[in-house]
Amino acid sequence: MTEKNKIIIVGSPNVGKSLIFNHLTGSYSAVSNYPGTSVEVFRGIMKYEGSEFEVADTPGMYSLMPVTEEELVARNILFEEKAVAVIQVVDAKNLERMLVFTLQLIEAGLPMVLAVNMIDEAEKLGITINAEKLQTNLGIPVILTVATDGKNLEALKSAAVLRADFKQTPLDFSYSQAIEEKTRKVSDLLGREYELSKKTVSLLLMVEDAEIIKVVCADEKNNCEAIKKETTALTDKYRAPMNYLITAERQSKASAIYEDGVTVTKAGRLAFNEVLSRFTMNPWTGVPIFILCIFLLYEFVGVLGAQVLVKYFEEVIFGKYINPPVETFVKHFITWPVLQDLFVNKYGIITLGVRYAVALILPIVTTFFIAFSIIEDTGYLPRLAMLIDRVFKKFGLNGRAVIPIVLGFGCNTMATIVTRTLETKRERVIASFLLALAIPCSAQLGIIFALLSGVKALAIWLIVMISVFVVVGWLTAQLLPGEKPIFYMEVPPLRLPKLKNVFVKTYTRVEWYFKEVFPLFIAASVIIWVGNLTGIFAVLVKMLEYPMQWIGLPKEAAVAFLFGFFRRDYGAAGLYDLKLHGLISGVPLVVAAVTIAIFVPCIAQFAVTIKERGIKAALLMAAFIFPFAFFMGWLVNTVLTLLKVTI
Amino acid sequence: MKFSHEAEEILETLWVSQEEKGNPETHCRLFNEEGRAEALKELKLAGYISQNKEKIILLEKGKEDARSAVRHHRLAECFMMNVLKLDKETGNMSACEFEHLLTPQLEERICGMLGHPKTCPHGNPIPQGKCCLKTGLQKEIVLKRLSEMKAGQKGRVAYMKTADKRKLQKLMIMGVMPGMKISVIVNAPSCVFQIGNTQVAVDAEMAKSVFVMTEKKR
Repeated sequence: MTEKNKIIIVGSPNVGKSLIFNHLTGSYSAVSNYPGTSVEVFRGIMKYEGSEFEVADTPGMYSLMPVTEEELVARNILFEEKAVAVIQVVDAKNLERMLVFTLQLIEAGLPMVLAVNMIDEAEKLGITINAEKLQTNLGIPVILTVATDGKNLEALKSAAVLRADFKQTPLDFSYSQAIEEKTRKVSDLLGREYELSKKTVSLLLMVEDAEIIKVVCADEKNNCEAIKKETTALTDKYRAPMNYLITAERQSKASAIYEDGVTVTKAGRLAFNEVLSRFTMNPWTGVPIFILCIFLLYEFVGVLGAQVLVKYFEEVIFGKYINPPVETFVKHFITWPVLQDLFVNKYGIITLGVRYAVALILPIVTTFFIAFSIIEDTGYLPRLAMLIDRVFKKFGLNGRAVIPIVLGFGCNTMATIVTRTLETKRERVIASFLLALAIPCSAQLGIIFALLSGVKALAIWLIVMISVFVVVGWLTAQLLPGEKPIFYMEVPPLRLPKLKNVFVKTYTRVEWYFKEVFPLFIAASVIIWVGNLTGIFAVLVKMLEYPMQWIGLPKEAAVAFLFGFFRRDYGAAGLYDLKLHGLISGVPLVVAAVTIAIFVPCIAQFAVTIKERGIKAALLMAAFIFPFAFFMGWLVNTVLTLLKVTI
Repeated sequence: MKFSHEAEEILETLWVSQEEKGNPETHCRLFNEEGRAEALKELKLAGYISQNKEKIILLEKGKEDARSAVRHHRLAECFMMNVLKLDKETGNMSACEFEHLLTPQLEERICGMLGHPKTCPHGNPIPQGKCCLKTGLQKEIVLKRLSEMKAGQKGRVAYMKTADKRKLQKLMIMGVMPGMKISVIVNAPSCVFQIGNTQVAVDAEMAKSVFVMTEKKR
């Protein structure tokens, strides 16, 4: 098969790239209302009058000079892949600022198409955009779109496909003489052609873009020194940073183009969402709003999901309709009890694996993802980030880390992937570690809430977990050297979530989660069956019984902890069974809940941590977390016993 | 036309020497420093100066730009010393940086904010700009760090001062550039400001490096 023609979508975070990608390709990538959702490059196929195109949706980037890892990913695509069209999506409300990047992309010699998105929101602010004027001034096709309603997206599709037929010459923008001259000199030293024009590469060299210097020096071994000499000669000549000067020149050109193509009439009074937005950001009202959100989240996930729905699934669907007929059926056809155990009875695939996955985990995870999708789409998270930034700084993180941490309460595996949006390696390591250590996922949380039904037990558990997060977080920040994190984040307008988007997003996430969980649960049942059959399991359980007893747990809990090696939620679910059978209650239940919440991350999270942070970091984390979980269990047990606390 | 900073400084010296002190020409040795040759070439190419072995003459064509370079320099000095209250030495140094960043729009605003001053802190005359000829409501302008502004306060970005290039890059990509309108939405626990139609949250550290001109009616 020949390689397909490529279309690349670029643009700042949170301007609607993913929505446009979804529309063009008919596939799905996560869409939300906070900057930095797409951490990976999504690729899909777009059909146009019988021919196929490959469309790539890149993570958000603000300029060709990357600040974060995901911006670098996006830039590398432009640097290395040849496209028939590059669609830049911009927010119509912030066109003046975003045109600076447009100029940079045009300068790079890319086959640009400009999609000015969210014109509906811009119109509400009294901003009218003249697409024709912009098109004439920029020399590239300009399409006004509303991605949420699909407006003009078909026009965008054809503009991209027919980009080669667009005959205007793109704007040729020149800088002040000294910069221009130097750019030419550096360009002449470049031997190799890149997908970005030599002028762009030279300018990036002059602003001392580390990555580009590395790439170019690898290609131009002979000229490397000469190039460096040219660029530093220029840098020394100016007192302000080069990047600032170049951007300032681009900005004044962009402003001129903006003023020619856009008219602004006075905006009306403060909209309701803006009033509400201020309440969420003022600490006096913002903190109560945050607590209210947590409470609603608890009611929805902890009560509706983890109690009402789980009970219904457990008792009615499985208890009445699935388990009895399946058991009769299996016992009727399989007379060999050993094989019977594989499917039914205490640890069977259906009675244990499927039941845990469907009846216990599914309702909890689904309700969490519904809630998270709603919160995400309103744009609340960046507001929470600004409220909490100072606290997070104590842990060596910045407010931005609130997104992976909150997502971690849903699924730690997903959250560990999202830590990529953090800026420095140090922040990514700390966030991954805290996720693995102190953030229980929704499946675990749901079951823990069900386990610790009393207020007192729940309060003790919460205090212990928060202390672990704070103390270990603070210590980690002291121990890990590195620069202080910087917090900056765009705050998008508060929006009413679109039902369809919430539904699609929840569906995709649950599907992803289920694909991840289901095979593991089935495998666990099989392994337990094999383990029981061969006696290995009995030995392992026996070995685990000692640490169980040290921390004051009944030895039956060993089985649950062994399950915990497969997935943390599986372990918690095992405890839940023990509680149902009356084997564990009171203080030991709290101890168990603390230990299992800190215990190993699930296998999937561990695998992702290895992939994202490297095997060394992942093993170090595990080496700390295993003993620490038991230590905390022991500590809680000892303290509660000494204080004669009864639960 | 825009020149390198070196060239702009040469223009200033020439203008002061010829127009203010009345010398018919300027001696070359003033420009012997290394690196100046290129800047001189730049000016010669533009037809701004003529040069022989010993002397340099500022030509008619270059006078307009030279005058405005001097104006920028002295306005920047006033700004640094009268508004920012910097001492002479640091004031001079910052002014030398700042003068090259002045866009016409920013220049007008600063001139207005200083009350269209006639002389610089050293007592030298400031060449008048177009704005000085228009009379209008005079406002007292105060320069503040973004971190010191209260919720609801408005102003225009004067400049950003940070040694950390990455911080500067972040501010720029969010649209913080000199001359842009900026207003503070909340300033605790983090600073949230609006620039254009974008709202941005930054920590106190970042907010400290942005200087904003705020107006106060007299």
